[in-house]
Amino acid sequence: MDLTIAILVTVVGASTPILIAALGELVVERSGVLNLGVEGMMLLGAIAGFVVQFHTGNHYLALICGAGAGMAASLIFGFLTLSLSANQTATGLALTIFGTGFSALAGASYSARPVSLMSPIFPELAAHPVLRVLFGYSFPAYFAIFMVFAIWFFLKKTRAGLILRAVGENDLSAHSIGYSVVKVRYFAVMFGGAMAGIAGACFPLTLTPQWAEGMTAGRGWIAVALVVFASWRPFRLLGGAYLFGLVMTMELYAKAGGGPLSAIPSELWAALPYIATIVVLVLISLRRDASTNAPACLGKPFMPSN
Amino acid sequence: MTLSRRGFIKVGGAAMTLPLLGGTAFGQAEKLKIGFIYVGSINDNGYNYAHNQGRLYVEENLGDAVETMFVENVPEGPDCERVVRELAQQGCKLIFATSFGFGDSVIKVAPEFPDVAFEHATGYMKADNVGLYNARFYEGRAVCGVIAGHMSKTAKAGYIGSFPIPEVVMGINSFVLAARQVNPEFTITPVYISTWNDPAKEADAARAMIDQGIDIVAQHTDGPAALQVAAERGIVGGFGQGADMSAFAPETQLTAIIDHWGPHYLASAKAVIAGTWAPGDTWEGLKEDVVQMGPYNAKVPADVVTAAEAMRTGQIDGSVHIFTGPINDHTGTERVAAGVTMTDGELLSMDWYVEGVIPPA
Repeated sequence: MDLTIAILVTVVGASTPILIAALGELVVERSGVLNLGVEGMMLLGAIAGFVVQFHTGNHYLALICGAGAGMAASLIFGFLTLSLSANQTATGLALTIFGTGFSALAGASYSARPVSLMSPIFPELAAHPVLRVLFGYSFPAYFAIFMVFAIWFFLKKTRAGLILRAVGENDLSAHSIGYSVVKVRYFAVMFGGAMAGIAGACFPLTLTPQWAEGMTAGRGWIAVALVVFASWRPFRLLGGAYLFGLVMTMELYAKAGGGPLSAIPSELWAALPYIATIVVLVLISLRRDASTNAPACLGKPFMPSN
Repeated sequence: MTLSRRGFIKVGGAAMTLPLLGGTAFGQAEKLKIGFIYVGSINDNGYNYAHNQGRLYVEENLGDAVETMFVENVPEGPDCERVVRELAQQGCKLIFATSFGFGDSVIKVAPEFPDVAFEHATGYMKADNVGLYNARFYEGRAVCGVIAGHMSKTAKAGYIGSFPIPEVVMGINSFVLAARQVNPEFTITPVYISTWNDPAKEADAARAMIDQGIDIVAQHTDGPAALQVAAERGIVGGFGQGADMSAFAPETQLTAIIDHWGPHYLASAKAVIAGTWAPGDTWEGLKEDVVQMGPYNAKVPADVVTAAEAMRTGQIDGSVHIFTGPINDHTGTERVAAGVTMTDGELLSMDWYVEGVIPPA
C-alpha cells in the first residue's frame, strides 16, 4: 500500500509537465496549427524558470516567466507560419532546435547552481502517508488538472471555443463568415507556447532542482504524441498523460524492486508510449466516426487568396 | 558559448584569437592542435565537465604551445565519425574521444589520418594510431563502498547506471565488495536508465529506489539529480560522480569521486610535441592522482573516515586490490579463488555481478 502510494506520487510528478505541454498543443492543434516546437519551447521555459527562481527565489514568478519565454518563442513560430504562411512542420522543428540551443547558451553559466523545489500546497497533508497521493503536490499538478476542465469547458461550452474549433476544422468557412483565422490561431499558438513554457519550468521547479542542458530529454515529443493518442480530447489527454507517466515510472520501480516486470528491457519501456500512440492511431483509423479524427485543417497554412 | 556540436567551428575560431593575447606567436614552430570530443555538455558538473577541466589543464600548462578545441553533446553513434573527421581535417594532431561509445567511430576514421594521434577513453579497441586511456574509477567506488557499508541502516544501496557496460558493472561490483567487507548483509540494486543525461529520469529512478528501502544512492550517470533527491528525502547519503557535487547536496554528499584527467592529457600532449607519442593503454587511478576523492562530509563519523582512508591509501600503496578473491558471483558460485587478483583484462570485460548485487533481469 505504501509503495503504491509512493509510485502514484512519482507518477503524478512525471506526468504533470507532459500533461501541461500536451494541453497547450491540443488547443493549438484544434485551431488547425501543428507546432512541433514543443520540446524547444519547454527548454526555453525551463531555463527561464530556473534563472528567475535562482535570482528571485520566487517559484510562482518563475512559472510565469517560464510561460512568458514559451510564449515569446511561440510568437516567432506564429509570425513565420501564420503571417508568412511558412511550412508548419519545418518551422516547428526549427523552433525545437532553436530552443535547445538557445536554452543551452542562456544556461551555460548556471550549471553548478542548485535551486529549491516548489513546496506542496498543503504541507500538512503532504506528510500524511495516504492523503499525500491527493494533496501532496505543488501548484503545477493541480493547475494541470484544472486546465483539463477549463479547456474542455472552453472548447465545448463557449462561443470562443466554437470559433476556435471552426477555424481548425474549416478555415475558409470561418473566414467567409467574418472570423479572423490568423488572429484566432495567433491566440491559440501563444497559449500553447505559454503552456509549454510552464511545462518546461516544472523540470527545475518540481522534479530536479538544477539546470542541465536538454533536461526535458524528449518529453516535448511525448506531449505531441499524447495529443494524437488522446484524439484531441482533453479528458482522454488527462488519462493518457497519467498512463504515459505510469509507464515511464513503473519501469524504474520495477527495476529497483525486482519482480516480473523488471524483465522487460528498458528500450521497450521507452518505446511503449509511442507504440501506444500508433495503436491508438490504428484504432482511430479503423473507426468510421469522423469526430475522433484530427482537425481537418491541421497543419495547412491559411491562404484565403487561393 | 557553444550551442551544439555544430557550434564548434566558432570555438575553433575563438581559440585562434588566443595568440593575439599572447603576442609572441611569430616564428615559432607550429602549434599543436588538440581536439576533444565530449558525449555531453561541459556544464554537466560531472563526467564531461571533468574532461573539459583536463583540457583547460593542458592549456594552462603548455600555454602558447598548444591550441585546443572541443565539440560537446556528440551522440554515441555514426554522427561521431563526422566529428572525428572534421577535427582531423581542421588540423588536430591529437584527438581525445572521451566516451566509451565513440570507439567504433575512432577505429573507423583513424586509418584515414595516419599522422594524427587518437586516444579513446574507457575503450578496448587499439590501432596503430589509436591509444587507450582509462581511469581506475573502481578504486574510488571502493572507498565509497566502505562508507556505505558503515553508514547504511537498511544495508541496501541503489545504483543508477546508464548502460550495463563493463565500466559500469565493474564500478557496481567494486562498491558492493567494499561495502560487504564491512557489512556482509549489504546488497545493491542497479537500475539502468539507458541514457547519460536525463536528470528527471535519474531523479525518478532515485525516488523509485528510496521508496523501496534503500538509504544510500550511488550513480554512474553524469549529473547531480540523484544526490538532490537523496537530500530531498533525507536518506543517509550519496556520492558525487565525476566532480565534487557538494554544492547540490551539502548535507548529503558523503564524498565524491573526482576525475582528474589533466595529468594524463598533459603527458600525451607533451609526447606528441616531442614526437615520442605511441599508442598506449594506460589505466591510472588514485596513485597517479587521475582519480581523486572529494572531501568527506562532516556527518561521516571519524572511525568511518579512518576506514575509508585506509581503503584509499591501501590502493595507493598497492596493499589493497578490491578485486582480490575469494569473489563469488551473484548466484554464489566462486569466480575468483582466494588470494587471486583479477587481471586488468578480466576487469575491463567484466560482465557478471558479484555477490550482493541484485542483478537486473
